[in-house]
Amino acid sequence: MAVREINVSVLTEKVRELCISVNLRLSEDMTAGLKAARETEESEVGRSILAELEENLKVAENEKIPICQDTGMAVIFLEIGQDVHFTGGSIEEALEEGVRLGYTEGCLRKSVVRDPLIRENTKDNTPAIIHYSVVPGEKVRLTLAPKGFGSENMSRIFMLKPAEGVEGIKKAVLKAVEDAGPNACPPMVIGVGIGGDFEKCALMAKLALTRNISEPSPLPHIRALEEELLTEINKTGIGPGGLGGRNTALAVNINTFATHIAGLPLAVNICCHVNRHAALEL
Amino acid sequence: MTVSLSAPFSREALKKLKAGDRVLISGEIFSARDAAHKRMDEALDRGEELPFKLSGSAVYYMGPSPAVPGHPIGSAGPTTSSRMDRYTPRLLDLGLSAMIGKGKRSPEVHGAIVRNGAVYFAAVGGAGALLSERILSSEVIAYEDLGTEAIRRLTVRDFPCIVVIDSTGADLYETAPAQYRA
Repeated sequence: MAVREINVSVLTEKVRELCISVNLRLSEDMTAGLKAARETEESEVGRSILAELEENLKVAENEKIPICQDTGMAVIFLEIGQDVHFTGGSIEEALEEGVRLGYTEGCLRKSVVRDPLIRENTKDNTPAIIHYSVVPGEKVRLTLAPKGFGSENMSRIFMLKPAEGVEGIKKAVLKAVEDAGPNACPPMVIGVGIGGDFEKCALMAKLALTRNISEPSPLPHIRALEEELLTEINKTGIGPGGLGGRNTALAVNINTFATHIAGLPLAVNICCHVNRHAALEL
Repeated sequence: MTVSLSAPFSREALKKLKAGDRVLISGEIFSARDAAHKRMDEALDRGEELPFKLSGSAVYYMGPSPAVPGHPIGSAGPTTSSRMDRYTPRLLDLGLSAMIGKGKRSPEVHGAIVRNGAVYFAAVGGAGALLSERILSSEVIAYEDLGTEAIRRLTVRDFPCIVVIDSTGADLYETAPAQYRA
């Protein structure tokens, strides 16, 4: 079996590039979602806010000014084919160096404090939150999703009972969205993880935010739940900017996993309309 | 309706504003967020002066991204106001006249807004690049070591906001979504 060698400097360069590009330009699924929201919004204030958000995207791209000043904490998913051998140094250090270079060279905000209680800014936005997984093959997939904390702060985990079932899930997701309201910069994108255990559901919810909002779950019953939740969320009236309207969320993306006979874990990871994500294969 | 306002504000001008009014603010405002509020609170505990005069002033809950060459400031949209709720009533009682941010406020802040005839404005969250174009200059005036969280004096022109909580306590975050609740 041949082993594919990749120098870690490639990781540094790709992370650097992605940090800058995702903060200046949203993916097409997101821009299409915002446009569709503006075209369907009934509230006049809501329409004008959505128009400002579209205008903001143009200014960001043309002037190279980040879409939002909260350029996030860098979340990296690295899927490594088991036939790959990384050379030239530590994978982790290479990823961190990419974040350091991207946030410094790209005029991105440094929003990370080293210790959660002492709270001294690290001044280069490191460390990143890095999730590794090992998969068959010789490919490497790198996903970068910088996460702003206005919406992260409104995210929730619910350890539901199996008897609460799908109704319990709907109630909890709606509660999280209602509590988030204007704080999470609606229209939001809702990442949901159902099943697994305490940390697995949170990770699935975060990963769900990296899926294009135009791409539903491949599971028919989950796809139906995504659609139903989106409809219910858009009946809350929260609307763009929380100032009233029909577009409170652009999408609900759900990931699921096996769970224990005694449990129904649920995580709701809320993202604002600046849902930045990009992936590439090495 | 859209109202042009000059900052610092007079109490009379603020009293005329109603929740839902759109305003364009021109003049001087001050940015401060979590860490700067904590420091101001500690300074008050020690009986010290604050870095800017509260009376008539607006504080903008905002920590910008670094300025891109050729611009006075980077992306500069509002952060979530509720994190400053703990410190806000004290500042309002000492004369702070207005706040610009996004998101709901606590009952204590509501009370202090009404008690002092202050106003809470929202700017559009996540529109930091667009809003930066209405900021003509930015100067760090205190707590420079806090980086993005330092206090800045900002000169703004036609900075767009919407009145969320007016001086009578009417709250647009309560009334506006109710109209669209299905």
